[in-house]
Amino acid sequence: MFAIVVFPGSNCDHDCYHVLKHVCGADVKFVWHKETAIGSDVKVVILPGGFSHGDYLRAGAIAGFSPIMSAVSEFAANGGGVIGICNGFQILLEAGLLPGAMLRNKNLKFICKDVYIKVKNTNTAATSTLREGQVLKIPIAHAEGNYYADMATLNRLKEHNGIAFTYCQSNGEENDSANPNGAVLNIAGITNSAGNVVGMMPHPERCSEEMLGNTDGRAIFESALQFVKNKL
Amino acid sequence: MKAKVYIKHRQEILDPQGKAVLQGLNNLGFKGLTDVRVGKYIEITLDCASVESAHEQVKDMCERLLVNTVIENYTYVIEP
Repeated sequence: MFAIVVFPGSNCDHDCYHVLKHVCGADVKFVWHKETAIGSDVKVVILPGGFSHGDYLRAGAIAGFSPIMSAVSEFAANGGGVIGICNGFQILLEAGLLPGAMLRNKNLKFICKDVYIKVKNTNTAATSTLREGQVLKIPIAHAEGNYYADMATLNRLKEHNGIAFTYCQSNGEENDSANPNGAVLNIAGITNSAGNVVGMMPHPERCSEEMLGNTDGRAIFESALQFVKNKL
Repeated sequence: MKAKVYIKHRQEILDPQGKAVLQGLNNLGFKGLTDVRVGKYIEITLDCASVESAHEQVKDMCERLLVNTVIENYTYVIEP
């Protein structure tokens, strides 16, 4: 069972639900952010994209301590899968479930476009069906996706292979011109050392069906599904 | 009692908004500007028994919500 947390201002919750339920055939339910329990049948929690609490103060700051987040922290500490997409990633950072913070995009603009990302760690709840170095085309849609962490944090991330995705060219080359928002080390997604908590800025739920012209995102959900199967 | 909280990005962090404002001020002909940092100002009105307990509360508010200390610094003043 998947749980998708709905915050006031979430707007990719139904997209995630649709992909999981109708494309992947998984069991999935919504959980309102004011709930205090996720449910014992849940194996993976998705924090969806959107503008929780209007992104007031800082993106994800207020959602970071919504009542449900204590349960999500506990769930993650017990090895449950937690995948934060876009605003969901920002919430994971603000809640302290992943290290670092988001700054405004370097060009100060909201960027909505397809980008290429490279899979750096295949040992996570969101990447197990991918291969290392694989390049995916997935859209981003954010104004605060400029990932920042200090040197010590980046070193710790590198030590445990915590960089899950980096922005790259279509041929996989990671360089400045492939970096849409100024993120340090081209980071598009990170994971904790156990690999069960993953945050990513790109939106796989927007490219998981033939009808949408791109199915590169589906592997993220298939990986999450694999994570669920391994937990049973 | 009033708490006035000033938040800005840490010095080592690039502030693109500040850079854009600097550019704008330069375009308007202002000379000799070397840097602009754009931050946030938050004003909190609170009922508190003492200035000390206000300090305690406001510091806690900053650390727990108002400021993300990974990227931001803050100062505040309490006005009785």
